[in-house]
Amino acid sequence: MKYDVAVIGAGVVGSLITRELSKYNIKVALLERANDCAMGATKANSAIVHAGFDAKPGSLKAKLNVRGVELMKVACEELNVPLKNIGAFVVAFSEEEIPHLQELLERGKENGVPGLEIVYRDELVKREPNIGDTAVAALWAPTSSIVCPYELTIAGLENAVTNGAEFLRNCEVKAIKQNNDSFTLETTLGEIEAGIVINAAGVHSGKVAEMIGDTSIEIKPRRGDYYLLDKSQGALAFSTIFQCPTKMGKGVLVSPTVDGNLIVGPSAIEHDDGDNVETTAEGLETVYTSAIKSIPAVSLRNAITSFSGNRAHCTADDFIIGSSEKNKNFINVAGIESPGLSSAPAIAEMVTGIVTELLGDVEKKSAFNPLRPAPVRFREMTSTQRAKLVEKNKAYGRIICRCETITEGEIIDAIHAPAGARDVDGVKRRTRAGMGRCQGGFCGSKVVEILARELNVPVNTITKFGGKSDIMYDKTK
Amino acid sequence: MLNYDLVVVGGGPAGMAAALQAKEEGVEKIVILERAETLGGILEQCIHTGFGLHYFGEELSGPEYAGRFIAEVEKTDIDVYTDTMVLDVSKENVVTAVNNKDGLIQIKAIAVVLAMGCRERPRGALSIAGSRPAGVMTAGTAQKYVNIDGYMPGKKVVILGSGDIGLIMARRMTLEGAEVKVVCELMPYSGGLKRNIVQCLDDFGIPLRLSCTVIATHGKERLEGVTIANVDEKLKPIPGTEQYIECDTLLLSVGLIPENELSNGVGIELDRVTGGPVVDEYRETLHKGIFACGNVLQVHDLVDYVTEESKIAGKGAANYIFGKKQGGTFINTKGINGVRYIVPQRVNIENEEDVKLYFRVGQVYKGAKVVVECDGNILSSKKKVMLAPGEMENVKITPEMLKNMNENSEITVRIEE
Ligand SMILES: Cc1cc2nc3c(=O)[nH]c(=O)nc-3n(C[C@H](O)[C@H](O)[C@H](O)COP(=O)(O)OP(=O)(O)OC[C@H]3O[C@@H](n4cnc5c(N)ncnc54)[C@H](O)[C@@H]3O)c2cc1C
Ligand SMILES: Cc1cc2nc3c(=O)[nH]c(=O)nc-3n(C[C@H](O)[C@H](O)[C@H](O)COP(=O)(O)OP(=O)(O)OC[C@H]3O[C@@H](n4cnc5c(N)ncnc54)[C@H](O)[C@@H]3O)c2cc1C
Repeated sequence: MKYDVAVIGAGVVGSLITRELSKYNIKVALLERANDCAMGATKANSAIVHAGFDAKPGSLKAKLNVRGVELMKVACEELNVPLKNIGAFVVAFSEEEIPHLQELLERGKENGVPGLEIVYRDELVKREPNIGDTAVAALWAPTSSIVCPYELTIAGLENAVTNGAEFLRNCEVKAIKQNNDSFTLETTLGEIEAGIVINAAGVHSGKVAEMIGDTSIEIKPRRGDYYLLDKSQGALAFSTIFQCPTKMGKGVLVSPTVDGNLIVGPSAIEHDDGDNVETTAEGLETVYTSAIKSIPAVSLRNAITSFSGNRAHCTADDFIIGSSEKNKNFINVAGIESPGLSSAPAIAEMVTGIVTELLGDVEKKSAFNPLRPAPVRFREMTSTQRAKLVEKNKAYGRIICRCETITEGEIIDAIHAPAGARDVDGVKRRTRAGMGRCQGGFCGSKVVEILARELNVPVNTITKFGGKSDIMYDKTK
Repeated sequence: MLNYDLVVVGGGPAGMAAALQAKEEGVEKIVILERAETLGGILEQCIHTGFGLHYFGEELSGPEYAGRFIAEVEKTDIDVYTDTMVLDVSKENVVTAVNNKDGLIQIKAIAVVLAMGCRERPRGALSIAGSRPAGVMTAGTAQKYVNIDGYMPGKKVVILGSGDIGLIMARRMTLEGAEVKVVCELMPYSGGLKRNIVQCLDDFGIPLRLSCTVIATHGKERLEGVTIANVDEKLKPIPGTEQYIECDTLLLSVGLIPENELSNGVGIELDRVTGGPVVDEYRETLHKGIFACGNVLQVHDLVDYVTEESKIAGKGAANYIFGKKQGGTFINTKGINGVRYIVPQRVNIENEEDVKLYFRVGQVYKGAKVVVECDGNILSSKKKVMLAPGEMENVKITPEMLKNMNENSEITVRIEE
């Protein structure tokens, strides 16, 4: 197989780059080692579209974050992904921390972040009645938003595939040969040839760069643990509540999610294995003790799950985006830690700029369609809409996930969508089936059945998330 | 909009018993709405025996017990919609449901019986650290895979929690050729029925470790092992007692939560301890005309009690539909000193029938007394050989006792050692 461009890694960055490239008349493939997109840092982060006051002025992080906020609005509209502009507070818990807010405010102004202001306790309590007793002041950032990172990635990829890009799952790049004017990628799916390679492999971007002898990227994974609380707790905070940032990151936040749950985290633990996403008791303990400083009413009785993600922290302390010194047709997109999600649309724009320059004369596709239709969301419909929908297609009348009210029709849609779901977690991320309070206890086995039926494979070949994550073994005696 | 006298939400043993009782009392138009493909509720996946000892006086399997009620329902003109999910119950008792044959269904009811059962507490509620691979599931999910789908969810099993479903699955998985390595229970006692511990663990040589819990799961894709540890009196893991156990499956049997999303939707007041609605002796909630019974009201371990409770609710709903027994003077019941909760939480002192107060204790007691008191008068006091959190108990209140009470009275039940 020969492609003009091969993108490695289907996180939010690789997927949005692929979508951007699908605007041109070139052959593009997105290679992902997992069974689905959004399986790396993209599925386990805080899901905040940061306003952009945190990054060092002049850095790529600062530039792309602020530009990303602008482009995110457009992308979410075109892709029909909910983006909620709820704003954020960075809270100072003592007088000593107030200068820190001042500093952030100045930095934000320099980065071009609009609307920043410092508010004091009275105002803060009015807007966040559940805030902790020791909060004295806060920086208010009105442009901060929340988005579902995997939904954005899925939607972007779906749109890219609709516009002609190819998605190759279970395709791990193992080695890269440099030819005269192309690369041969050795993958778990065989050899793949490409003129340009984009390294968007997240926490593994250092390893992938090494495949062409580029050793300039040193990634130090930093794990962050989270708790996710039940929807009944979603209203404990109205905006994202940060604490003052430290060297290790932005500290523990408490925030509503777009789906109405409450997310609490992350911790920051440096380790060596970027594939290790085991939460630890200590990590979760830190998250909890820090979170109750912001919102004392946070209670683990209402936790429905815990998870963790690895920040691709780079020793250079900024995003690394551009042609490798070893080969100009090999583009690194590395060290994309926070604000990577916020910056992703701007990163895609920048990388596409580099690609089109390398390719010289490339035409835009006249038939490019930027729109991705909104999937059916039964739970958000009125009775009249529901009645009409079921009338048209009876599969929307069968509720599979009772906690989140997800219908069989929505699950079938998720499986047959471009770059659709192949496993139980894939269905879950696309539809929310199994994301509620019972965490798939009731609907898990039904989702397995539907996947097997729609994909026409035996039930015991359906996995939780690809690889060896089998759910069932042999038939009973 | 359809019109019914009585809408029953949920077609498990609770819903069926309530509907049948209402029919017997003379209610005409009754409909049962059930989410699953068949009536029977959770019993359909409980293919072990042990059901109906109290009610039918014989040992039946879950599906057999349910089958008797299904046959009864079929003999009547009670309408049944299966594969039909109730989405909403309104304050005006309008029930909205959906299925893939009739589409969206709206029913105006005079009375509603809520019988939605309960769900298992998932892993998240426990915050076990570690990875989140395949192979960690609730015992009920595993039961469904094995008994309904006919597939084994694993071969080397650790079970966390000694609730009845966990105990029963320990036996079931063993019989299917899996190795059940250990059942860990956080508390110093089991929450399951004594007979299940004997028949499901002891008879198969499966160790039960009390005051022990799973603190971490390991394995990236499929579960590869768990770390267990002993816990102290505050239920905190004791450092140094950690032990790694290789396994590919972790079954959770750590409690059941009444399924009250619909009740919340109507704004029905719930009891913080039971997780179910606050009800009176006819199982009427604080919302007029809405009744609740079975596991949605309080988690039961014996289906026989579910049936008993649901017949009371069915009768209450019938009385309501016929306009009998409206109003009265309600007083509260209260569990103190070792009694965790009481159902019903309110009693009408004008009631002319015996009322049974069901309760659970918070720990194991041997040879303790159950004392019922009202306004300083001891109504009854009975010595019990054994009281355990796993077994539901009851005490009787007679109309004679009620006659001496007034609107300020409160009935308390307590344990005296
Ligand atoms: C704890 C935490 C909190 C965060 N919070 C925020 C936030 O609130 N706001 C924000 O803007 N950003 C946040 N971020 C950052 C954001 O999540 C990341 O920047 C973003 O998800 C990175 O996306 P990505 O596509 O670069 O990487 P990933 O999502 O990790 O994708 C990389 C992909 O490459 C694949 N891959 C790797 N090696 C190979 C190979 N050899 N062959 C084929 N495929 C390969 C992986 O399987 C993976 O799917 C946070 C990150 C973390 C960890
Ligand atoms: C796994 C397990 C093992 C048990 N073992 C024993 C035993 O050995 N012996 C014994 O005597 N007892 C046993 N019990 C206890 C007893 O069987 C149960 O307590 C009893 O079945 C509860 O009946 P129910 O009708 O309240 O709930 P369920 O049987 O759970 O019925 C509730 C019904 O409501 C339906 N429903 C819920 N929400 C909706 C909605 N929105 N719309 C439509 N329908 C809805 C559900 O699909 C379900 O069919 C066991 C219980 C469990 C869970």
